[in-house]
Amino acid sequence: MASIVTQAGRIAWKDLRIELRSREIIYTMAFFGALLVVIYSFAFPAKADLVRAAVPGMLWVTMAFSGTIGIGRAFDRERENDTMRALLLAPIPRLAVFFGKAISITALVLAVSLVCAPLIALFFNAPLFEEAPMLLLVIVLGSAGIAVIGSVFAATLLKVRSRDVLLPVILYPLLVPLFVAGTNATAALLTASPNIDGVLVSDPNFPAAWYWIQFLGFYDLAFLVLSFWIFESLVIE
Amino acid sequence: MPLDRVVIEKVGKRYGSERALHGVSLELRGGSMCALLGHNGAGKTTLLGILSTLVRASDGKITYRAGDQAVEGDDVRREIGLLAHASLCYGELTAFENLALVGKLYEVASDRPALTALLDRVGLDVRARDRVARTYSRGMLQRLALARAMLTRPSLVLLDEPFTGLDRGGALQLGEQLGELRATGAIVVVVTHDLEAIAGRTDHVAILQRGRLVFEERRPDDGGGYDYDALKDLYHRHAN
Amino acid sequence: MKRLAVPLTAALAAIGMTVSLWLIFVNAPLQWGKNSNDTLNMSSLFFNQKIFYFHVAHAFMLFASVFVAGTCSIAFLKTRNARWDDIACAAVNVAVLFGAVVLVTGSIWAKPAWGTWWNWEPRLTMSLLLWLILVGYTLVRQFAGASADRVAAGMAIFGMVGVPFIYKMVGSDSHPASGANGVVATLGPGMKGAFWLSVVSFMCWFIALVVFRVQSIRAARELRELREAALDAGVLE
Repeated sequence: MASIVTQAGRIAWKDLRIELRSREIIYTMAFFGALLVVIYSFAFPAKADLVRAAVPGMLWVTMAFSGTIGIGRAFDRERENDTMRALLLAPIPRLAVFFGKAISITALVLAVSLVCAPLIALFFNAPLFEEAPMLLLVIVLGSAGIAVIGSVFAATLLKVRSRDVLLPVILYPLLVPLFVAGTNATAALLTASPNIDGVLVSDPNFPAAWYWIQFLGFYDLAFLVLSFWIFESLVIE
Repeated sequence: MPLDRVVIEKVGKRYGSERALHGVSLELRGGSMCALLGHNGAGKTTLLGILSTLVRASDGKITYRAGDQAVEGDDVRREIGLLAHASLCYGELTAFENLALVGKLYEVASDRPALTALLDRVGLDVRARDRVARTYSRGMLQRLALARAMLTRPSLVLLDEPFTGLDRGGALQLGEQLGELRATGAIVVVVTHDLEAIAGRTDHVAILQRGRLVFEERRPDDGGGYDYDALKDLYHRHAN
Repeated sequence: MKRLAVPLTAALAAIGMTVSLWLIFVNAPLQWGKNSNDTLNMSSLFFNQKIFYFHVAHAFMLFASVFVAGTCSIAFLKTRNARWDDIACAAVNVAVLFGAVVLVTGSIWAKPAWGTWWNWEPRLTMSLLLWLILVGYTLVRQFAGASADRVAAGMAIFGMVGVPFIYKMVGSDSHPASGANGVVATLGPGMKGAFWLSVVSFMCWFIALVVFRVQSIRAARELRELREAALDAGVLE
């Protein structure tokens, strides 16, 4: 087990080092995310009450879209020089390969979300930072879930010609519960109610937020365990 | 545990309803180089995939042996070295970083002096070693890939079109290095269309046609093996 | 026995459906509501309630097929015996059709019951999400080339594991068929028999279709293999 974690760490560190050097995925994903946010600001009317209702959805749609693009590109990188074949051929447990990729992709998706969330807060004047630690937890759990399921299928689709269209076709139906839970948790944290003067003030609904955070936790855990168990059977032809 | 024999028995592979391989039986021995020939789609790559444990055979079985012992799982993979037309190295990492990563995954010595000695052996330009691999020429990449394959001291060397994209000189040089590998007792399997590059180095020829083994022959080992004309003649007679 | 499977189940389905049609439209009472003073009134559903017998029967098969496909896909990945994959594929093929019936009949129910064709009612949402997973599976099978069976199997398994999360996500609900106070539990005496007979008939129909589909998938494969053998032997050009 210890060796699985060490080897996974090596693979993840290798990915992050490559990314830090080229910054290709992070720059393009973040730019794409920012573009989405700009498009939202034209697509949705910027009314205070509407913003509170729509902002959580914007955040998670952005994560879904830029996440899929990032995952696709991260695995393209392993395809370019056939390095995925080399990784699967290494005398380490295959689930170390999976775990390593999942870790580095979690970091990528997370980084992009952390770029987009402040942008949404800025453009829509949304109070995203009032419950920052809780919101961060929601985003971390969401990113991990996207990365886990994304890594399994991106690795399985590596040799398929139409992988770019098939990845979202596979991921989105499976990730719906995650997106809904993430949106609901975010919405619960952003809940506001009018004070005595009739002005909206933040009034986070913590029980609801916790419920959805736990949901995300169980979701991530279930699919992580499933991925550990099934990854090797899926990537071996 | 170095492998010295691989026995493939009636191995078949189907992808969905397509059959890529039918009942192929073949025995590979240490110190011998087997040329796996055939047209595109004949099943060479599938067979190489099965040998490398990355493709699971649908029927039949394959045993890896070290002396009297059967070897399985991670222990087989530790013994496999792969050299393909792709370099298997990351473009954003330097030669040293690429090799160090492989060294760590295989748990073999990969300190700088050891890697320097290895890179000297394959002849990678000293000035290039700390540059990222993306900036390398095709020939330099091939040297790096060879160093990568040699680092883990494989006893089963699988070559997937290794000569693609190399110029004549590069291909012949690589062929020479493969000959050396073979001399160390490794099992070498090469899939290629470049008969010239392997001429005089291979002593075992297997030809596949539409997923079936249609020809197999071993020349008693007197060093030379098949020359170019013999290979060409066999290929034209059996691969079509 | 194998030869008889399709005719037998199809015959059972035909008889069952005929009888249940009579039960539903002739024998079972119309749906009456109750006023506050306990007198009967014509409920908003009234005659429309009849679609319930078809809707729920199809929904049961849709849910069942997610588990059939998931379980068979696990067996396929672990044994790599294509027979399991055939069953999973056939179940999904048929369930896509059944799912379409569920969604259409659900809409027909929703219109008189809630005044709108689609209202994101939880159980209907769940059907839609499962149906989307199955449609995604079908697309993967079609377009993922040589890896189609593995990728699709992965999707079926992940979809199956996602079911409890989808169930949790849609939350407690207003669906007529659920809970102790739901329609199934409170069906009138003339309705219950019709309902269960209809469920069993459609189950037979579902099984007949799946078995038939499995047979045709296998026949197609055998034909292709024969053709290949003939090509190799030089009998065919």
